[in-house]
Parts: sequence; C-alpha cells; structure tokens
Amino acid sequence: MSEIWSKIEKAITERILILDGAMGTMLQKYQLGESDYRGLQYSDWDSPLKGNNDLLSITNPDVVRSVHEEFFKVGADFVETNTFNATSISQADYGMSDNAPAIAEAGAKLARSVADEWTAKTPDKPRAVLGAVGPLSKTLSLSPKVEDPGYREVSFDEVVATYKEQMLAMFDHVDAILIETVFDTLNCKAAIYATSEVFEEKGRKLPILISGTITDRSGRTLSGQTTEAFWTSIAHAKPFAVGLNCALGAEDMRPYIEALSKVADTYILAYPNAGLPNAFGEYDETPEHMCSHVASWAAEGMVNILGGCCGSTPDHIGYIGKAVSNTAPRKIPKIGSALRLSGLEPFALAG
Amino acid sequence: MTASSTFINVGERTNVAGSAKFKRLIVDNDYQTALAIALQQVRNGAQIIDINMDDGLIDGVEAMTTFLKLLASEPDIARVPIMIDSSKWEVIEAGLKCVQGKAVVNSISLKEGEEEFLRHAEQLRRYGAAAVIMAFDEHGQAETAEHKFECCERAYNLLTQNVGFPAEDIIFDPNIFAVATGIEEHNDYAVAFFEACKQIKEKLPHARVSGGLSNVSFAFRGNNPVREAMHSVFLYHAIPAGLDMAIVNAGQLTIYDDIPDELREHVEDVILNRRDDATDRLLEIADKYRGGKKKAKVVNTEWRNGSVEERLSYALVRGITDHIVDDTEEARLQAERPLHVIEGPLMDGMNIVGDLFGSGKMFLPQVVKSARVMKQAVAHLMPYMDAEKEELGLADKSNGRIVMATVKGDVHDIGKNIVGVVLQCNGYEVVDLGVMVPCDKILEAANEHKADMIGLSGLITPSLDEMVYVGREMQRLDMDIPLLIGGATTSKTHTAVKIEPAYKNNAAIYVQDASRAVGVVGTLLGNDRESYKDKIREDYEKTRIAHANSQAAKKRTSIAKARDNKFAIDWNGYTPPQPSFLGVKTFTDYDLSLVRDYIDWTPFFATWELKGRYPAILENERYGEAARDLFKDAQAMLDKIIEEKWVTAQATVGFWPAKPDIDDVHVFADEDRNATLATFHTLRQQIAKSAGKPNYALADFIAPENDYVGGFCVTAGLGEYDRAEAFKKDNNDYNGILFQALTDRLAEAMAEHFHERVRRDFWGYESGDKFASEELIAEKYAGIRPAPGYPAQPDHTEKRTLFKLLGGPGVTNVSLTEGLAMTPASSVSGLYFSHPDSVYFGVGKIDKDQVADYADRKGFSLLEAEKWLSPILNYNPE
Repeated sequence: MSEIWSKIEKAITERILILDGAMGTMLQKYQLGESDYRGLQYSDWDSPLKGNNDLLSITNPDVVRSVHEEFFKVGADFVETNTFNATSISQADYGMSDNAPAIAEAGAKLARSVADEWTAKTPDKPRAVLGAVGPLSKTLSLSPKVEDPGYREVSFDEVVATYKEQMLAMFDHVDAILIETVFDTLNCKAAIYATSEVFEEKGRKLPILISGTITDRSGRTLSGQTTEAFWTSIAHAKPFAVGLNCALGAEDMRPYIEALSKVADTYILAYPNAGLPNAFGEYDETPEHMCSHVASWAAEGMVNILGGCCGSTPDHIGYIGKAVSNTAPRKIPKIGSALRLSGLEPFALAG
Repeated sequence: MTASSTFINVGERTNVAGSAKFKRLIVDNDYQTALAIALQQVRNGAQIIDINMDDGLIDGVEAMTTFLKLLASEPDIARVPIMIDSSKWEVIEAGLKCVQGKAVVNSISLKEGEEEFLRHAEQLRRYGAAAVIMAFDEHGQAETAEHKFECCERAYNLLTQNVGFPAEDIIFDPNIFAVATGIEEHNDYAVAFFEACKQIKEKLPHARVSGGLSNVSFAFRGNNPVREAMHSVFLYHAIPAGLDMAIVNAGQLTIYDDIPDELREHVEDVILNRRDDATDRLLEIADKYRGGKKKAKVVNTEWRNGSVEERLSYALVRGITDHIVDDTEEARLQAERPLHVIEGPLMDGMNIVGDLFGSGKMFLPQVVKSARVMKQAVAHLMPYMDAEKEELGLADKSNGRIVMATVKGDVHDIGKNIVGVVLQCNGYEVVDLGVMVPCDKILEAANEHKADMIGLSGLITPSLDEMVYVGREMQRLDMDIPLLIGGATTSKTHTAVKIEPAYKNNAAIYVQDASRAVGVVGTLLGNDRESYKDKIREDYEKTRIAHANSQAAKKRTSIAKARDNKFAIDWNGYTPPQPSFLGVKTFTDYDLSLVRDYIDWTPFFATWELKGRYPAILENERYGEAARDLFKDAQAMLDKIIEEKWVTAQATVGFWPAKPDIDDVHVFADEDRNATLATFHTLRQQIAKSAGKPNYALADFIAPENDYVGGFCVTAGLGEYDRAEAFKKDNNDYNGILFQALTDRLAEAMAEHFHERVRRDFWGYESGDKFASEELIAEKYAGIRPAPGYPAQPDHTEKRTLFKLLGGPGVTNVSLTEGLAMTPASSVSGLYFSHPDSVYFGVGKIDKDQVADYADRKGFSLLEAEKWLSPILNYNPE
C-alpha cells in the first residue's frame, strides 16, 4: 500500500472524501481540433484522432494537467487518470491498439506528478491517483447482432488481456485501480480477473474501487442486472469502495445508491452526472442543485466518497466538497452472512 | 411440498445427464427449444438452474459456451443464478467466462488431490463463483456418513485457511446415491446422507448442503409416481437434517401429504432403512402406482386461450417464440394478405413493446427478444409475401430501402441494429453501414443504393452535432430524401431545433424507438407522405416555439456579452432601400376580394380541431369529409362577407427614418434625422449560443446609417362585433364561430397582402414574380414583419409606440385595450424590417440584467418591466 493510501484509509474514516469531476466535459471547453489531438507525435496518423481524449496525455499533456490541477484546486482528494479508453480494444476505434499501453502510462504518470505536487503543497491533505479503467467499446454479455443472440464481438480472455495490459502500464504510478462505468458486469469481472493476474505478476496488490452504471430508471445496468445483483457479482474483488456513476443525475441515482449502501459491506462511492443531458447534449445542472442531492446522501450516512461524472466541473466538485466537509462519513454496516448468488437479480440464502 | 421456505430448488432439466430430451436438443443443435426448457424450469419455480453438458456426444466447452451466451439474452431465465455443472474443469472455466452474475460451480473435489483442488478453488475466487464441493477424495466417492463428513471437513479447512475462500460460498454435496437397488450396502445411503448433513451443519459454520435428488430413486426408472414419492419423502427428512438445496425437476415435486398413505409408508421404510424387507415391499406395491394421476403443470398457459391477436401480442411482449409460427400461420389464414398480419397484430404488439420500453418497464434485452419473435413471425410470412409479389408481378421489389449508420465519432449501434431488424421484419431493405461512419460515406451509399431515406443513430452527445452536419451536407448537396434521427441522446426538440432547420429539402424526423420506426418509414413511403411531412414540420415548428419559450432557468449570457455577440450584418456596401413615402398612409374600406387569396387556411382548420395542412387535410382519411364540408360553408360565407360587406377592412402603413442605438431603434420625423419621434426598444436573446450563432435583437436588422423602419396596423374586423352578436342571438353558434374564424383569417391575409405591397411597391425592394401563397406562408420573402407580443419582441407595450406613430385610433380605427389587445379582434399590427438577412427568432428567457436595463430605457420601474416581461423572465422576480 502506498504511503498516500494509508493516509487515505485513515481520512476516509473521518470525513467524506472527494473525487474529481468529468475529464471529457472539461476538455470540451478547450475546443480542441484534430491537430490538437494529433500533436506533433501523431501528425501523420492514418485515421482521425479527434475525440481520442486519452491520447491528449501524450499529445497535449498541459491541457490534461490543467484539468487535474483545477480539480485538486477545489479540494479533490482523488483524481482519475485520463485513461478511460486507454485499452487496446477501445483504442482500436482510432487504429491505436498498439499505442494503448503508452497512452495509459502517460495518463497515469501525468496524474501522479500533479497529485504529488499538490500533496507537497498541502501535506495534511494527501492527493491520490485512481487508475481509471473504463468499460470498453465491446461487451461480453450482449450480442451486437439481434438475429444472433449468441454472438459476441469479443471473448473473455481478450478482455482480460486488454485490461491486464492497461493495468500493468499504469501500475507503478497509481495508488489504486478504479474499474468504472460498468454497464456489463461480465466486462467488470474480466477486469477483476485481470487485477489478480497483474497483482501476481507485480508481487503486490493495489486497492480496487468499482463503480457500476445504472442505465435508466428501470434500475438496471445495460446488461440487465439490478444494483444488488451487480454488487453480488463483483464482491469477490473485495473492493475498497463500490459505487455508481454516470448515466443518471443525482436525483435519479439516489434509490440505487441507497440500495447499494444497504447491502455492501465496504465504502460507498457515488459520482453522478450533473443532471441529464438536455436536448443539445449539454449538462446544465447547477452545482447548487447537484449538491442539494448528494449532500443529503452524505447527511443520511449513505456515502463515503463523492464526486461527479459527465458535466461536473470544478465548480460542482468544490461546491460538494464544501457542503459535506463537516458531514460524518457512512459507517460500513455489518451484513449478515449468507450464500449470495446472482443472475440479473440477486439471490441470498441467509444463515 | 413441505420444504421449509428457504429450501432452494435447483432446476435439473437443463442437464444432458438427467434429461434425454435436453440431450437430444443439444446434440441436434436446437438451442432455441433447449432454452424453452430452461425457461420452463424458472417458471416452475427453480431458483437456480443447473446446466450440464457432460456427454460423450457433445463438445462440452462449445455447448456450455453457446448455451450460456444464448441464455444471457433471455432475461426471464437469466434473472436467476446459474449452476455450471461439469466434471471437467475446462467446461467449468468456459462457463464462468460467460456469466455476468455470481454463479455456482458444480463441482470441485479432492479427487485429484489437494494441489489440484486448491488451484481450482483459487481460480473460482478470481472468477467470483460459489462452489459445490463433492464428498470425494483420493480414496473415492464417500458412501458412509463418516467418510462423507471427513471429505467435507478437510475441504472446508483447506478452502477457508489456504485460499481465503468464504465459508458462505461453500456448498457441500455429500452424495445422494440410489437406494432400493437390491444391493444390501445401498440400503443405508439415504440415512448416511442425512447424518452427514447434520454434522456439516453442526461443525462447519456457514457451509451449505446440496444434492442431486433424482439419484435416490434411480432404481424405479419408468415409474414416476413412485420416484416422485421417494423424492418428496427424501426431502422431507433431508431438509430438517440440513439440506439447503437440491437439484430437482422443479415442475414435478409431489406434496408429502398428498402421497397415498400406503405408498408413503413403504417409501419411508426404504429411505430411512427401517426394515430389511423394505425394498421388496416397495417393489410389491410400486406397479399399483405406475401411471397414477397426472400432475397438473404449473406453467402458465392461460394466455394460449386468447384470440390469435392477443396471443401474438403476448408472445411479442414476453419474447416467447414457442408458438409464434403456429400463431402467425393462424393469423395469416385469417388475413386477406400476409402483409396485413405484419401491419396489424404484429405491429400492434411491437408498439406495446415500444411503449413499455419507452416508459422504462422493459429493458434492452427484452426488446431485442421481442424483435426476434417478430423476425421469426416475419420469416414465416416471407415466402407467402414473395409468392404474392410474384403473382402480382412485383417480384424483387423491396418495400423501400433505408441506408442506416451510426455517425462518425460514435460506436454505439445496438439501437440501430434493433431498428434495422425491425425494419427488415417489415420487408424493408436495410443497408447498414455500421458505426463511426463519416458523413460522405453515408451520403455516397445513399446515392449508390438509391436509398429512399437515411437513418442516423448515435448514443453519445457529440453525435448530435455530427447529425446536424449530415443534415447540412444533405442540404448542400441537394439531396431530397427523408432523414431519420434516432438514438439515446437525440430528441424531438433537438431534431426540430437543430437538424430540421439545417435540412429543408425534405423531412428530418426524430424517431423515438424501433417500434415507431416502422410506422414512420411506412408512412414516408406511402401515399400520405407529403401530408405526414407537413404535419411533422408543423409539429416541429411548435416544438421550436415551445423550446424557445421554455428555456427556463437555464444558463444565460450576460446582456453585455450577448450584445458583444449581436447579429453583426456587414453593412459595408449596403444601401438601405428607400420607401416611396415617409409618414403614414391609410387605406380605408379596402377591397377584401383582393385579399381573399392570401388566406392561410391551415390555422382555420386548427381552430376547428381538425389538425392538418391545407389542402391535404381535405383528403384526410379520418376527417377529410368533415374538413370538406366546413370548407364549403366557409367559402359560401366568405362570398357573403365580401359581396355584402359584412365587415369593413382598413390598413394603416407608415415608414420612418431609423437609426439603431445598441438595442433600441430611434425613429425620426424626416430625413434630417434630428428630431426623434419615438424609440422602439427591442429585446436581445440571452441564451448561451454556440460559436458562430448570434444573440439576436430586432435592432440588429437596422443599418447604422440611412435606414428606415416601417409599421402597420391592418384590420378586417370593422363591424364584426355586431355581426357576431347577431349570430349569437340567433343561436347560430356554428355561423358565429365560422364568421369570427374567417375575419381572423382575413386580418392575417390583410397583413400578408400588405406586406407584399410594402415589399413590391411602398418600400419597393422586391421585384420579379410574385410569391405563391404557399411560399408566402412559408415566409420565403426578404424582410420581416414582427409583431409586438410575439417571440421576436414579446413586450406588448411596444404596441403603444407603434400606435402612437401610426396616428392613434382615430387613424387606424383600431384601439388598444388596457391589456394591449387590439379591438376589433380581427386586427394585426407590427413593424417592417427590410434587410434580407432579417429573420424571425424567439427572444427566449432573459435575465435580470437585461430587464433592469430595458426598464431604464423604457422609463419603467423594474416592477413594471417585470410585469410585462413575466412570461420570459429567467428568474423569479422578488
């Protein structure tokens, strides 16, 4: 465990910790063009690179750095590395599969250096780096071909391999791994499987945080699981924290955070979107409005870590951080022992 | 049965070792029917389903993988946990790679020694699965209670101490063996099992016990009543001993108390090994019970009793394919044409699916399943439809061709695929270009395939802009086919506000979901397509207005910033046209026969709640007849209004030299431009605009030098009040309303007619052919005539300024009420702007900074300004 992380473990028993907001939304502000994405390094790349945000860690690191800076400035305890899509599978969309490890490593190093600067600046408030592991553009539980429901675009072993490669690239620079925006639990299980191989290879473990995504008010993940079933399916990772992010604004996310907080005997993490996108795809929930929801979760003892996903800016994060600074964190509940299994729905045989 | 409420039924029918039928289906590759068996197990109450593919004829890895992947798309089955059952580790591992939930592996054991056992256990931890541990060690399968417990205890300690396997995830199978086999050593097998259960529960905390129930009755194969009685009795004793779950045929469990006394006693003797002759005694009576009363199946088959339409709908909503071919065939035989089955009951069912999906009551996998049922139904109908086509000489002609793509920058295509399938189901040819498709490729393909329309899909937000770009490109390249928009972040509002204005050649239509896609595509290819497009355009116009009005509490730019982003017309080299007169002219007793042709009839029908564009509405299938009758009456009355001068019409038109001053427009008495006659105050949009989009105010349309502004007030309502009252008195409401609806239209027609005269004569900047009336309605001309109180200037008080300039009621014959409504009601007033780039826009919501500034300019108190502007305030006034 890193020195910073042992401080995090202490801090999380004392207060609600703050995760950063959205990288993508912040990058949009810069209105970067194709050439900004390419940088000097990839100026002659064959396919368009615009939109490959993770690549900016290499081609335009100052932009990424300043986003991390902004979130630390408003009091974030954690930043996520800019590596959401830094896997060979997701980078295939840009023809950059082979470059994925370099992108992942660059993102991890960048966040590390900013975090270390801030830790030095405010030693009483250690800043940690979470290695962001995203959901991939291909999914293990759903067929992209309606007429062939048994078809899969990718295999479990391929997903394990892509995640393993990403995690190995980030391993030396991050304090923990965050498997996030899980909309297909089987992808997440492959990522968990990958962590065990990575830890074995590296000879030490990193804490794992896992965050699922409830797609809509049906209360299910895209692959059809309820929140409780999702938790049961991934609990074997023994995550430092489990939570939900993306897809929903705070208002709509509440019942699922509440449900998770009741069943999970680990810390709870929540980083909703800043509302739902309006008709133009913009998130326009104000910091006040978003905070009014998440602060009530904190007050009711439902969460340990709060942050923001799509649309959340430093304003949102700063606002939330201030609002919950004096709120006691959730205490990990004792959950009765039971044989717990899951399909799309949870199963428990208590005793 | 008497099992405690916590006893878990594990469905056994999806086990090739236990079910000959299931095995045959797997060998024959009939996975569809095999899935139906799994579903039946769940419907019969199985809380976990056991899946076993261990058979010499079957490739276990392949079959397990295929079956589990298919099962994942059946939410009614996949809701329960899976028990991956195999004696081969590679089959177990293949299975674990296919299940998103937490499964149970059945089984691992000490058979191959501790090292192998722990290696497997360690792997199970990584996959996140619970495990059944069979009481089996290097010495063999445990038969006695002592050996059974010994195996379990050893495994328990290894698991919990060496690999940190949670005790809760350990399930022991202490081996249920067959009794009453005639071999004496077997007689105590059930008792030994019960004893092992008790010891496990006592000494190994949290561990569970499971077993394969049907083994116990193996000796009575072929005699199900006896077997079922044995199962029931076995459970009756095993559950109190500690059995938590068993692999059972969930549909075939006899209730203990329902077993005939004699049979129950004999079975109990066998199970509990109570007498040496127990087996013989049971054999003696067994035949008596063979072929006993048939068990009523618990499966819900009630829906099969409905009409064929109800059954099809049920099957679509539930995604049940079992009877779909039969039901479709039945529907086909009843229908006039096979196509009618699709257009009727099948689409009705799909619409229900769409509604349920839209309201969050169904989720994605279920919808995909419904689409599949649809596809099977259509597949059945296809040959009949082809035959029919051939008969009618229409062979090889598709109903229509749609090019579909997920736009550049977006990789999500599940929704698009669903739409594609559903469209194909309906006989449309779908050219699917896949994901991340650049605009030029889409348009190229559309041209190459002579597509009837293009469908764009996207899930992430930047796709919205890309769709607008595609629309703009289609416009630029003069394409003229409908553009359909779908995907999670798309919306009617976005399509109406952003895409349709970019693509005007044809229609841009938002399609909410797959079910609706068929209706939209069908209509666009059908005879009603033009009126449909009109309807959509009209609807989107309303959406745009509603949207402009509803920018509630959204981010606004400051008025200062909005002014910096004003609509900056390049005035260099522009000479404003000069009106033929300055000051005011009136046209009294105006001849309405000159105006009649300028009537826009569509709103007239809307007044009568007949929605639709004129003249198509006259042919409307549903209310065309009513529309025709109404139109006839209207024409007759219009003749009278004009010939008999039921009303008098008048127009007042004025022009003045004008000069913009930030958001104001000063109006001068004469060309000296010294004496200010009045000032029009305009309001500026404060909505945050994307780059290149200005924040409009009407003042932006006036040139800084030598420009003019016009004003007008027209009425066709002089005398209307008395006439309307007369109809009322006669209790002729129909004529009364008809009359008022007509004078209202005549006033609008006056405004249109005079705007044309202004453009062509009085201001004289328009020449060439006159616009046709449809073009006038579509506002294709240059220059605008915005009215105070409407979106471009929502403040009605500007009418006061206008009316003062026009000379007041004495001149216009129209006066303003306290609330600034015009009387007579059939009147229209507004300003004229001549610049060709002037456009109608909606001011939308504005912030306090502008309201305060506006109040200042108008000489209002803030309170007064807020009162008049209350519908567009972006804040709650104090």
